[in-house]
Amino acid sequence: MSKDNQILEEFTSKEYEHGWSVNYEADEAPVGLNEDIIRWISVKKEEPQWLLEWRLKAFKTWQSMTEPEWANVQYPKIDLQALKYYSAPKQKSKPKSLDELDPELLAIYERLGISLNEQKRLQGIAVDAVLDSVSVATTFKETLSKLGIVFCSFSEAVKEHPELVKKYLGSVVPITDNYYAALNSAVFSDGSFCYIPKGVRCPMELSTYFRINAANTGQFERTLIVAEDESYVSYLEGCTAPQRDENQLHAAVVEIYAGAHAEVKYSTVQNWFPGDKNGKGGIYNFVTKRGICAGDHSKISWTQVETGSAVTWKYPSCILKGDHSIGEFYSVAVTNNYQQADTGTKMIHIGKNTKSRIVSKGISAGKSQNSYRGQVQVMKRATNARNFSQCDSLLMGDRCGAHTFPYIDIHNPTAKVEHEATTSKIGEDQIFYCNQRGIATEDAVALIVNGYAKEVLNQLPMEFAVEAQKLLALTLEGSVG
Amino acid sequence: MSTLTTQDTFTPILESAPSNFLEQRLQGKDQYLTQGLPALKAEEYKFTLIRKKIEQTISDIRNAHVFDLDRDQVNQSIFPGFDGSVLVFTNGRLNLELSNYDENLSISKISDQQDLPLGSIAKAEKDPFVGLNQAGFPDGVFISVAKKVKIEKPVLLLSFNKSNEGQVIQPRVWIEAGDFAEASFIDHSVSMDDSPYFINKVVEIKGGVNSQLGYYRIQNEGAHAIEVSTLETDIREHSRFTSVNVSLSGDMVRNNLNLNLIGSNSEGNMYGLYLLNGKTHVDNHTNVDHTIPHAESNELYKGILADQSRGVFNGKIFVRQDAQKTNAFQQNNNILLSEDAVVNTKPQLEIWADDVKCSHGCTTGQLDEEALFYLRARGIDKTQAKGLLLYAFAGEVLEHIEEESFRDYCISLVSDRLGSKF
Repeated sequence: MSKDNQILEEFTSKEYEHGWSVNYEADEAPVGLNEDIIRWISVKKEEPQWLLEWRLKAFKTWQSMTEPEWANVQYPKIDLQALKYYSAPKQKSKPKSLDELDPELLAIYERLGISLNEQKRLQGIAVDAVLDSVSVATTFKETLSKLGIVFCSFSEAVKEHPELVKKYLGSVVPITDNYYAALNSAVFSDGSFCYIPKGVRCPMELSTYFRINAANTGQFERTLIVAEDESYVSYLEGCTAPQRDENQLHAAVVEIYAGAHAEVKYSTVQNWFPGDKNGKGGIYNFVTKRGICAGDHSKISWTQVETGSAVTWKYPSCILKGDHSIGEFYSVAVTNNYQQADTGTKMIHIGKNTKSRIVSKGISAGKSQNSYRGQVQVMKRATNARNFSQCDSLLMGDRCGAHTFPYIDIHNPTAKVEHEATTSKIGEDQIFYCNQRGIATEDAVALIVNGYAKEVLNQLPMEFAVEAQKLLALTLEGSVG
Repeated sequence: MSTLTTQDTFTPILESAPSNFLEQRLQGKDQYLTQGLPALKAEEYKFTLIRKKIEQTISDIRNAHVFDLDRDQVNQSIFPGFDGSVLVFTNGRLNLELSNYDENLSISKISDQQDLPLGSIAKAEKDPFVGLNQAGFPDGVFISVAKKVKIEKPVLLLSFNKSNEGQVIQPRVWIEAGDFAEASFIDHSVSMDDSPYFINKVVEIKGGVNSQLGYYRIQNEGAHAIEVSTLETDIREHSRFTSVNVSLSGDMVRNNLNLNLIGSNSEGNMYGLYLLNGKTHVDNHTNVDHTIPHAESNELYKGILADQSRGVFNGKIFVRQDAQKTNAFQQNNNILLSEDAVVNTKPQLEIWADDVKCSHGCTTGQLDEEALFYLRARGIDKTQAKGLLLYAFAGEVLEHIEEESFRDYCISLVSDRLGSKF
């Protein structure tokens, strides 16, 4: 045991890689939250009247709600009045291309490993980067627009495609949905908007990068993905934040709409600052993500790799409304030190012959708590619904916890629903087997963990899979259970 | 969460509580008043709106009185072939004249006992209904099995229930077994008529080290019976406890089964079958608390739901930080037979120790079409084939009943139900 502890110790001293911050001039909202702040944000972003009204309505709803406490996480309450709800990097003039972007901003992204220029040249991924609250650059915009695809920042979409935004905003996650979704609806500052017209297959992966830089700000981004009938898109999202002692709030909303025969693949690697090894600081990640398979034969697939955040509270869900629609959820959640994650999914089967698949792999190390919370609901008219859920937990160290809270509600006799879960640690025999074959213990752990998470990692697009694998190995280095 | 009215419902019970075990009664009352009846959407009673049910169905909130029975009625209700001890209860109270039991058992009314630590195992702070029972139970039974005594034949707790100047029945059972003791109990209730009543039962079992105890239960109350029953036991070193619960009817039934594994090398087994039709609603909440290393728990609950019935299952496994080397298995399988039947299940694991093997599985589906085809291809008609498959499904639970006469009785009830229904 003592050796394990020693190794754990070594590992926990590993610091967060993305914990730097850059001083750039930012345009910030005053501290606090009230109607005036919302108006201030709205004016700042030159928004139309209907959006302001929508925000105010959300704010009113939010005021009547109370903070949810059912999640299996503990954290000091956040003083929402002490936050700044808007922080934008100051720009001298609007950039037309990447070359005109503030070089300091570009430097930030280069340090993050997503050099916009490089991406543009080599990988063919269109990137929309969101720093603090504002979208700073969208690459490849012109190439995409030839196909009729809209991929831009949310504010731009409000200005240029108000009819689309108005039609779909809040259609999947209504403002009344929950406390943080209502808060987000009231104060969201920017985010990404993506629209794939009917019958178009998006030729490249669309990617967004979020980063909280300024101190004392909350990040509230809003992502809206609309895939019209018979279209396809694969969307990636990555997140980081600087290392700070105080906790920061990230309360995003992601909405996905998939029409008939459309397919949306949403992948994310969350690497928010998880707090230091004593559990100080870190991001509170309270996110609402939901997709609706509105048309028949549509498909939404969520893949997430969660390594960051002090507290995670996140349930990417699918509403399977169209007949024969498919929902998928693949997740690897890694917690270490004092991290707490309460994450899972909801699969709501409404249409006939709908299928869903849940694969959740939790890995807890140090003194962390990792919970899977999921719901599979088969409505009365969802004939022949099929669900398979698997949630496994891997424990490393004797001070961590793994919890499973699956809710299974079946209202139709033709439904076939299976759920299975296991909890275990890495077996001594497995390590021994590897050692025998000349594989060092550290490498053996990485090997086993990667094998354990492979089912999920395989779902990630190539570039992300590599990054996720590295992240996983790094996060768990030395933590032999 | 709760408003004033939620506590007020049972005021007549609280006011008429007997004066023995005063300290415990006050504590129970306090807990009941603090918690109130479960509010709408309360997590523990999410799918079982027990409070609404009670308020709609039960009008006469008083402890139902005892009533007279003759020996024939008792004998008719004992299943064929059973020759163990029989304890007879009317509306939860022990009738010693009609009971006869093994001389190795020490049995009395709770009111004849002085210093029983009631509420030390089934704790009132966990559930308002336990608090209510502790505050207002009229009387109950005390059963003791001495050290190293093996009671060869099972003890049948035969309860006769009906509303009688009051519709609330609050049985209280205290069972204690010394070290190395062995005994098993069969809990069977008979509804005397179809009148609506509310049973709020609490069973506490205190086992010694190296003890082997079993508690088997069949619930086939009248169609208007509402029941909340709590069984809690502490399982000590090298001991084994097995529970089998078969639910067949009633209006709304909620079973809380709590096993606390507090000694190493102990084993807790929970088996359950709910075979429901009509509008019956059965909710099984089980909770296994692994507090020490080297203990094992097994759980298998199966449900067959027809008509507009509803089955709720919530199995919790807690593995505390010190409970290394725990093995915990849990399985819940359901078959839905009709459009209107509903199942809500939540197999829950909370693990705080790393060197454990825990797994749970849960399925909901229909009968296997291929198995059905196989049987039909061999000349078995559809009804029979279905019955056969369902019987096989249910049999996996029933086979854990060790007492033969009781097992046969359960099997006959189950096969009647499957035969008549399908």
